[in-house]
Amino acid sequence: MEPILDIKNLDVKFALRTGEVTAIDNLNLSLNKGERLGIVGESGAGKSVLGFSIINLIRKPGFIGNGSIDFRGKQISTYSEEQIRNIRGNRISMIFQDPMMALNPVLTIGTQMTEAIFAHMDVSQEEAERIALEKLAKVHIPAPEKRLNQYPHEFSGGMRQRIIIAISLLTSPDLIIADEPTTALDVTIQAEIMDLLIELCESEGMSLILITHDLGVVSEVTERIAVMYAGRVIESGPTEAIIKNPQHPYTQGLIKALPESRKPGEPLYQIPGMMPTLTDIPPGCAFNPRCPMRGDICMTKRPEAAFADEKTGHMAACHLVSGDLAS
Amino acid sequence: MKQSLQNFKDSYLFYSFKRDKIAIISFAILLVLVVLSFSAPLIAPYNPYDAESIDIMNSEMPPAWMEDGSSEFLLGTDQQGRDLVSTMMYGMRLSILIGLGAVMLQAVIGISVGLIAGYLGGRLDNFLMRLADIQLSFATMLVAILVSAIFQTMFGASRYNELAVPLLVIIIGIAEWPQYARTVRASVLGEKGKEYVEAAKVVGLSKVRIMFRHILPNTMSSVLVISTVQVANAVMSEAALSFLGLGMPVNRPSLGSLINAGFEYIFSGAWWITLFPGIFLVLLVLVINLLGDWLRDVLNPKLYKG
Repeated sequence: MEPILDIKNLDVKFALRTGEVTAIDNLNLSLNKGERLGIVGESGAGKSVLGFSIINLIRKPGFIGNGSIDFRGKQISTYSEEQIRNIRGNRISMIFQDPMMALNPVLTIGTQMTEAIFAHMDVSQEEAERIALEKLAKVHIPAPEKRLNQYPHEFSGGMRQRIIIAISLLTSPDLIIADEPTTALDVTIQAEIMDLLIELCESEGMSLILITHDLGVVSEVTERIAVMYAGRVIESGPTEAIIKNPQHPYTQGLIKALPESRKPGEPLYQIPGMMPTLTDIPPGCAFNPRCPMRGDICMTKRPEAAFADEKTGHMAACHLVSGDLAS
Repeated sequence: MKQSLQNFKDSYLFYSFKRDKIAIISFAILLVLVVLSFSAPLIAPYNPYDAESIDIMNSEMPPAWMEDGSSEFLLGTDQQGRDLVSTMMYGMRLSILIGLGAVMLQAVIGISVGLIAGYLGGRLDNFLMRLADIQLSFATMLVAILVSAIFQTMFGASRYNELAVPLLVIIIGIAEWPQYARTVRASVLGEKGKEYVEAAKVVGLSKVRIMFRHILPNTMSSVLVISTVQVANAVMSEAALSFLGLGMPVNRPSLGSLINAGFEYIFSGAWWITLFPGIFLVLLVLVINLLGDWLRDVLNPKLYKG
């Protein structure tokens, strides 16, 4: 099956005064139609940069160094600003972290929605409003006709995130990138929004990239997971395999850190140390200073991705998995 | 329509207006002044532009309550025998028109420049803002005197008299646009990092649309506040220019040129020709400024008055 999104050897760099730093390092990722992929990692792992680089919206001084991003068979990483605007918000939509901030406070919901439609479709005002109403109903907003003329401050956080999702649905995109869509919401609303995303993906045949640091959320929503650390994908594979049988010590640490794995009263586990800053990535495996299973080879040689299970496509970039280091 | 009126009545703006006595009084005075001046052709007792109706024998008549005063001319007449009440009403109309026109021009130039500089940034931003600095380093008066002097010598006084109003609008408009540009740019810098701008980009909107449709409305509160101040300033500038003889010509006097004209007669005892237009000018500028103050307090809740 032809993947809808295919990222090959992607490097994203930031040109700083002190030199270039690599935020995303030789990343490979592919996504099939209708598939839901989770991207997991700590803050600063490069998750959001990846999301933005797919729609070519990396803020300066960032730029795409090497590699290619193919979307529906076309290499969009080399598109001009004009060309990418036809993809952005049209075929690929993005949902942001904070629904309080992502809507313009001085424009009505209706205005913001119809405007997004007019940016990509040649339709009449009535038709645009009809589409907006239809999508609002799809995200379960009660009485959408009334809501269309209201301003963002008249909605609760969960409602606003629904509206943002409705906006991202306006042009029936092929892919939605959701960048921590529930971080700013409380847990019950979080579950609602996630259920909504799954429902929409299934009914519309959309693909989803869910960027989050919450393994719990990812395991409920996605079919595959890619774990990122310091700009690299260090483990990827089917969600179930990764949650049940993590191969990379970092992933193991993340899963161990979930509160569910502890008894009440017991202190939570945390991975010791901090993720290295991008200017100061250790030689060898980037995770080696924090790794409980570190060997000599980890300090010198960078591990390449190797199959842990060829049948399911479960891969990990660790010397333990490739067999260079005996466990 | 009814709904939006109700919305306005429920709004915080109206609520704080109702509670602010100074704002209410200022607004009432402003309203009276504006209505008086714009309905001048209907309600003024005389038409000061109509040379037929002016009798030179009536010149320099004192106000009605004084010894030589005539009940025909409530506030007296000027040196040409024009009724001061009527002349002032017409003059104030010109002052307000020029003030509003100049501010609109400033706003159009300044807002566009500020948006472009703030949003696009980089070299263009530097260039435009240095341009604004240069513009600001020329005093408004200097620019105005220069331009109107050149215009008068090039095209002659009669042509100047015809074009005085648009010319003054352009002069004052061009001299003060950096005020807008700077304010708008500062707000844009604050707004453009916000997530809704990012979201608008992600939706695929063009830069122009993001600038004018999304960011501009969010900078409107500061624009509104400086607009009031700028209208007052523009009225003042116009008066000052007219006072210097570079503004409105004597046969179509604004408040400033009336003050100027009367100034020559002040020592011959005809103080009223200068004083009354002066009072009205001060009143006009004062109430606009007071309203501006009130508006700033309302639109910027972080600025509490102690």
